[in-house]
This record gives sequence, C-alpha cells and structure tokens, in this order.
Amino acid sequence: MKSVLPLTTVLAALFVFWYLAAAWMNAPLQRDLFANSGRTNYSASDLVAASWNMERPKLPAPHQIATELYKLIVATPATSKRSLVFHAGITLEETLIGFLIGAALGVALAVAVVSVRWLERSLMPWIVASQTVPIIALAPMIVVILNQFDIGGMTPKAVIAAYLSFFPITVGMVKGLRSPDPLQLDLMRTYSATSAQTMRKLRAPASLPFFFASMKIGAAAALVGAVVAEVTKSEDGGLGARLLAGSYYGQTVQIWAALFAAAALSGALVALIGIIARLTLRRMAFPQ
Amino acid sequence: MLQTAASATDPSSASRVIDISGLTLTFQTGDGPVNALSGVDLKIGRGEFVSFIGPSGCGKTTLLRAVADLETPTSGTIRVNGMSPQEARQKRAYGYVFQAPALYPWRTVASNIALPLEIMGIDKATRAARVARGLELVNLAGFGNKFPWQLSGGMQQRASIARALSFDPDLLLMDEPFGALDEIVRDMLNQQLLQLWEKTGKTALFVTHSIPEAVFLSTRIVVMSPRPGRIHDVIDCNFPRDRTLDIRETPEFLEVANRVRQGLREGHSYDV
Repeated sequence: MKSVLPLTTVLAALFVFWYLAAAWMNAPLQRDLFANSGRTNYSASDLVAASWNMERPKLPAPHQIATELYKLIVATPATSKRSLVFHAGITLEETLIGFLIGAALGVALAVAVVSVRWLERSLMPWIVASQTVPIIALAPMIVVILNQFDIGGMTPKAVIAAYLSFFPITVGMVKGLRSPDPLQLDLMRTYSATSAQTMRKLRAPASLPFFFASMKIGAAAALVGAVVAEVTKSEDGGLGARLLAGSYYGQTVQIWAALFAAAALSGALVALIGIIARLTLRRMAFPQ
Repeated sequence: MLQTAASATDPSSASRVIDISGLTLTFQTGDGPVNALSGVDLKIGRGEFVSFIGPSGCGKTTLLRAVADLETPTSGTIRVNGMSPQEARQKRAYGYVFQAPALYPWRTVASNIALPLEIMGIDKATRAARVARGLELVNLAGFGNKFPWQLSGGMQQRASIARALSFDPDLLLMDEPFGALDEIVRDMLNQQLLQLWEKTGKTALFVTHSIPEAVFLSTRIVVMSPRPGRIHDVIDCNFPRDRTLDIRETPEFLEVANRVRQGLREGHSYDV
C-alpha cells in the first residue's frame, strides 16, 4: 500500500501537466476556429474546454485518447479493419516471430563469442556496427532486398524486429555467460571439464538473470522494430500502419491511440517476461 | 614446462605423491615481473599432511595452484603421482578446496557435491550413493536439499570439502579453506578435518595463515617467505594421529609453534 500514494501523486501531476499543455498548445488553433465560425463572445473557460475537445488537436487531451481507445478496442469488432485489436494482433505476431528469431540469434552469437576467443574481436565490432545504422533508414532496404527474393508479407517485418532485438540480447548474454567468478571457473578446470560442460553446468545457469533482463529489452526492441517496419510497409496493417494513416490525415487522436496501444502491448510483453523470470529464478534459488 | 625423465625411473618416486624441483614461477604484470616462486624443492610422500604457512605474497597459494595446473611454472618441474600437473588434472588426481566455498548458488548442497561426478559421467545411482556418503563424512546429513545460502559459512565450506572428496581423489589440495571462519568454528573444523584425514589416509596439502592450525593438523610444516616466494624452513611435526585440540597446551606443541613463529620472523626480518 505504501507505493500507492507516490504512484497516484505522480500520475495526477502528469495529468494536470498534460491538460495544461493541451490547452496551451491547442488554444490558438481553437481561437482561429471560433473566429472562422464568427463566434466572438466566448469566455476563457469556453476556450479551454473547447481546446480539450477538438477534432484534430495538436495535443489531444487524455480523455479524448481514452474515448478513442474505447471506441477502437471495445466498441469496434476485433475483425474490423478499424479495430485496434485487429492491428495490435498483426503487430504482436510480427513482434513475437521477430523476437524469437532475435533471441535465438542473440543467444547463439553470445555463446559463440564467449566460447571462441578470436570471435570476440572479429565479430563484436560488426555486431555493434549493425546497430549504429538508423533502423528507419535500413528498414526500407530490408523490405526491398527481401522483395527481390520474393519474400514478402510478414517476413520482412519480423526480420526488422529481429534485427533490433538480437543486439541487447547478445550484449546481455555475453556479460551473463562471463559472470561466473574466477573461483567457480577454476573449479571446473580442476575437474578438467570440457568447455561444453562448463557452458552447460556453469555459464548457462549463471547467465539466467542476465538472460531475462536482456529478453525484456529485446522484446521491447522487437516491438519498436515491428512498428517501424509497418510504417515502411503499411499496406498489411498493424499499429505502425495506423500511426502512418493517422499522420496522413492529421488525425492526432488516432495517432495517440495507436501509440498507447503499442506502449501497452510492449509493457504487457515485458511484464510477462518479468513474471516468467521471477518464477524461474525463484525456483532456481537465485537471490531476487 | 621442463620435465625430466629421471624422476619417472627413480625407484623412490613410487611412494612419492608430489615431487617439486627447482620450481620458479614469475608473473608478468603491468608493473614488471613478480617472482611468485623461486627455486622451490619439495617432496611429499603418500599419506602426509603438509601445511604451507607464510605471510601474504610468499607464494603458498601459487605453489598449490601450480601443483593443480591452475598456474604454469616458468621453470623447474612438478610431478604429481609421477605425472605432469596437467596429466594429473586430466586424470582427476586431486580434489581442490578454495578459500571460498565456490558452491553454485542455483544447485542444492547435494547437487553441488554431485557436480564433479556429473562432469566425470558417473551414473545417477552411484552419484546419489557418493553424495550421501559425502554428506555423512562432513556431518551435513539432512542438509542435502538445502541451497547454499541457507547454510552457515562453516557448513558451506564443509560442503565444498565433501565436493572435493566426492570422486575419491588420493590427493587433497586445500587453500586456506577455513580462513574466513571464526576461531570456534575453525577449531571444530580442524578437528573434523583431522579425523577425516586419519579415516581416509589421503595426502593433503594445506595452505594456512594460522600457526596453531598448521601445527595441529600437519605431519610437516613448510614455512615460506616472500619476495621472492621460497621455502624458508621445513618442520617435522608428528603428533599422535588421534590427537585432540587439548595438545595445543602441551610444551611439545608450543615448541613446534615457536619454531614456526621463529621461521616466519626470520623470513620476514630483512624488510622490517
């Protein structure tokens, strides 16, 4: 219960700030709208109230986004192309496929880098370099190149999601696989354990806390990748496509609703991994 | 590493577990070379309990690690059961007990003790039997299903001794196993270790900082001095095998302890 008060305080402060910012940013626009419609005798509170309920505000008020989310999630059937559930489903599928590929690749690269000494120096710079290219520039290239090989549909988007998610997993897992202390490693040496045995019985279990931490970052990164990919290739739908459509028509409320849906989706994924991590680590008696 | 064929044909080497001659070990550090060990000669027979005592930096841990093939000598030879340290390690000739228990936290005590057996590919039934025997040996029966953090420091170190003994090596290398424990627990473990050694007849190499511990446990005490690490004195110390902690009050005990203290002081004198 102790954490409820600070949490609600921060939330309340955020809402107050948001409404103030919305009024401040939208008021000039609303004043023009009043002027165009010939309305002159409005009070300051009229202006503020109207600026919180515009059709295309610069910054929508929280309740507008909540209404839009309700409309697009609950009031619209999930099969409709206007439903956010429909689009979130598409994004989730791409994210999960991309995340699985990214996680497998990330862990495999980490195992390789830790097992083979010269790979660290020859492979790691490329892994780091791969992330210095802005994904927004790279995404269209990946789509075009894969299209060349008749690979379309969901695959290019999953590849882009994987591209973003493997990196934090590799970095985290390299650190995790190296986390055993020298004594624990010496012990394996006194048994003349093979490096595969050391990997399986020491490095892998020791890396688990790092594994789950990097999985959380990797999952969030995969979702960003999927959304960016959808913006690049929007004809199949998805939350990214909704963001793009919203910005075409100046539908800021729609953009914000899609944005919140993406954030909620990402948050749910991270929370799910968090629960799995807690259960697993507790079972393995890791200090929490 | 230099190796001489002579020691293999030496008839007396059969009963000799450790044969070290002319051992020098230099670490290359950022501040230049450090002579951890210089000109060390030592022979240890089967069933001996040899303690290594000396101030920090005298190379006693390095010597033990070199025997275990965890460090590579710069020159000189080490033979363990007539083999090179590497061959001995590959044949799993020794059990090593570190300064810290180094138990794997995600494994139960029993499964920690079974770790070397798993690596050596010993079947499950045999493993279970050996673990049960090991727990018995170090008075930890009933604690097999606990995780390391649920045990006290002394119990953890006992578990690590059981782990080192689980595959029944003839040679036990112990690097200050009780260094982090308080005096009372240490006394108790010393007594248990002595009984264990008497019961199993293993050869033990034991690094310590404590004079009473060294005198109480050993058949021989190797006094070492630092910079460069070398052997200053080797003191015979043959108290009856069924001794108890009470002998620490006897004049004979104090005499040996004094000789050790004297040796430590001499080894130190030049830099005081």
